[in-house]
Amino acid sequence: MPKQLVVDPKKCVACRTCELVCSFKHNEEFNPRLSNVSVFHYEEAAITVPIMCMQCDEAACAAICPTGALKRDADGVVTHDADRCIVCKMCVSACPLGNVSYSPAKRKIFKCDLCGGDPWCAQHCPTGAISAVDPFEAPDRKKLAADKLKAATEEVLA
Amino acid sequence: MAGKGWIGTILRVNLTEGTIKKEPLNMQDANDFVGARGLGTKYYCNEVDPKVDPLSPENKLIFMTGPLTGTAATSGGRYEVVSKAPLTGIIGAANSGGHFGPELKYAGYDGIIFEGKAENPVYLHIEDELVELLDATEFWGVGVHEVTDALSERHGNARVATIGTPGERMMLFSGVMNDKNRAAGRGGMGAVMGSKNLKAVVVRGTGGVSVANPEAFMDEVIKARTILREHPVTGAGLGALGTEILVNIVNEVGGLPLRNGRDGSYWEDADDTSGERLVETHLIKNQGCFGCTIACGRVTKVEGRGDFDGFGEGPEYEAGWSYGAACGVNDIAAIVKANFICNEQGMDPITLGSTVACAMELFEMGAIPEEDIGFPLRFGDAEAMVKLTQMCADGEGFGNTIGLGSYRLAEKYGHPELSMSVKKQEMPAYDGRAIQGIGLEYATSNRGGCHVRGYMISPEVLGIPLKMDPLVTAGKGALLKTFQDLTALCDSTGICLFTTFGIGLPEIAGQYREAVGSTETDEEILLKGERIWNLEKRFNMEAGVEKDTLPPRLLREALPDGPAKGKVSELQTMLADYYEARNWTADGIPTEEKLAELNLS
Repeated sequence: MPKQLVVDPKKCVACRTCELVCSFKHNEEFNPRLSNVSVFHYEEAAITVPIMCMQCDEAACAAICPTGALKRDADGVVTHDADRCIVCKMCVSACPLGNVSYSPAKRKIFKCDLCGGDPWCAQHCPTGAISAVDPFEAPDRKKLAADKLKAATEEVLA
Repeated sequence: MAGKGWIGTILRVNLTEGTIKKEPLNMQDANDFVGARGLGTKYYCNEVDPKVDPLSPENKLIFMTGPLTGTAATSGGRYEVVSKAPLTGIIGAANSGGHFGPELKYAGYDGIIFEGKAENPVYLHIEDELVELLDATEFWGVGVHEVTDALSERHGNARVATIGTPGERMMLFSGVMNDKNRAAGRGGMGAVMGSKNLKAVVVRGTGGVSVANPEAFMDEVIKARTILREHPVTGAGLGALGTEILVNIVNEVGGLPLRNGRDGSYWEDADDTSGERLVETHLIKNQGCFGCTIACGRVTKVEGRGDFDGFGEGPEYEAGWSYGAACGVNDIAAIVKANFICNEQGMDPITLGSTVACAMELFEMGAIPEEDIGFPLRFGDAEAMVKLTQMCADGEGFGNTIGLGSYRLAEKYGHPELSMSVKKQEMPAYDGRAIQGIGLEYATSNRGGCHVRGYMISPEVLGIPLKMDPLVTAGKGALLKTFQDLTALCDSTGICLFTTFGIGLPEIAGQYREAVGSTETDEEILLKGERIWNLEKRFNMEAGVEKDTLPPRLLREALPDGPAKGKVSELQTMLADYYEARNWTADGIPTEEKLAELNLS
């Protein structure tokens, strides 16, 4: 089971380190436009959201790929095989989250491969806005809500 | 060489002719002067007569990135705007963060040299290979935020560096603003841009930056970033409380200049204007510049305060002081608002707040009549302070006199000694009487009153990298020399000076070496910083620099209270040590021997 990337916009400071290290890891150059993760900054709301592939269980990109270039590997990660890719860009259209990209400059398709298990975006994020967790340990919002209720109850009883 | 931290191309834009040329980067100079501040200054010195009128078409304006700009290096998003500064008449190099510098490199250019003067308002539009001058008539007279939004939207989410209306009017301390609230702020680089009828530079790039030794470079980056993350200042303090964290710390050593320095440097109300108070009252969240793990930026909002309402960024510590302690104003909403106005119109809040403070002192002693201003201007008057800032932005009435800066204002009213400036540029938020070494920095800084050429507050107050007593003079000259050289190096690589709270020469040199593919030692790399310092100094001497001194207040008026009570600046003692450490003459002139050693003769 691959790690799950979890995003916490509250913690993001809009530094775009994730874009830098992702593009470097996969292309050996610092180029945000070749990054699999993109950072969107909403100035008025003062909120910043990093977006990247969520490795969908029902991966539309893989389903539509006519050559089998996009497929789930043994670790459960949807990976892209450039040798099989005919750059038809159907996957770019198919992904409902916009997380498969085409580079006009490089004439290639690219998407997140979780860096082979230890995603650099999470590893180098200075604030923990992106983290890579075991899916079974993903933050359980029910538990967080329960924690708050417990604390409030303690206060009332005290 | 392209691929080693550099793109390898410089844009030369002649605004008189309307021509644009792409030139190969001068690699010899890039190697000798590192990049950004150093390389920009070298290009400038090669091409411009030091006697040039800063606001004439003969002057040039240079935007320059460094070899680490746009990489994952520690806070590696900086670029430098270089020209002769209209406020001081000496070299002006103003450094800025945000995202503009990296985008310029991604578009395929290490820097831009602007020459001449456009007949009508124009802006430069860059989209990868496409570079064009476009009509900016509709944006002339429009503020920074509005122009940035309009041009960014028109050109596909491009990054924008622009001037406000004070820059158009060539107001002497107007800055170049990028990404709305990031400023190449000091000395009047915005006025130079305005003098050329150049409203903005708009850039969008889809390329990348490569380094010489990818794996080794990333190792250096990770090592340096880890230090920053684990350091209490860069890993916790600055992110949580911003640079305003310094208000209480500096006040505790009695070094926070109060009411134009007239009333000493210890303020009972300091905490009302502190970083802690800003977090409680107006902070929405902290934000980082490009590639920055520190994230000291403040996104702030004022609500329910009528004329003070607004949304934007800041203030930094210096603006918090100039509009706070320097004006004797303890209303933090007013301070935040005045800083918003500076950002929205591209004005240096250190000089502006300090000039308002100077005017307040002159008013209180009867040197400026009320009819000149139009209203009373007493210390502590928050409304008058904000109003005057807006008048300066709008070029209205007495606001135009404020726009001269404190030196010219105080001279006009017969008291130049009350300008808290060095070489006509206002000193920032630390008193050179209570913190001796920073006084020496103000006196010797190559761009006039300035703290970010050799930040002696680090050792004298924060104890970084070693603790020195702020009241003693021994050892300050030699240490300042090292700090100034290291800062020149740091600025020139394209990383942020704030990283040096945590990292030092080994980490800066390490990242630089692996990016450009150098095998030079740390010391050889630091020597480039010294070369840059001496280059700036030589230009200043040829331009006709004033002597290294401080306002008489710091030399003669003893501090009345606080931990440094009774102290004046012992500048002469420190100057002698400093010149000796620099191997300059006793009059502060670089020797032929030193210039030869640095390959500058």
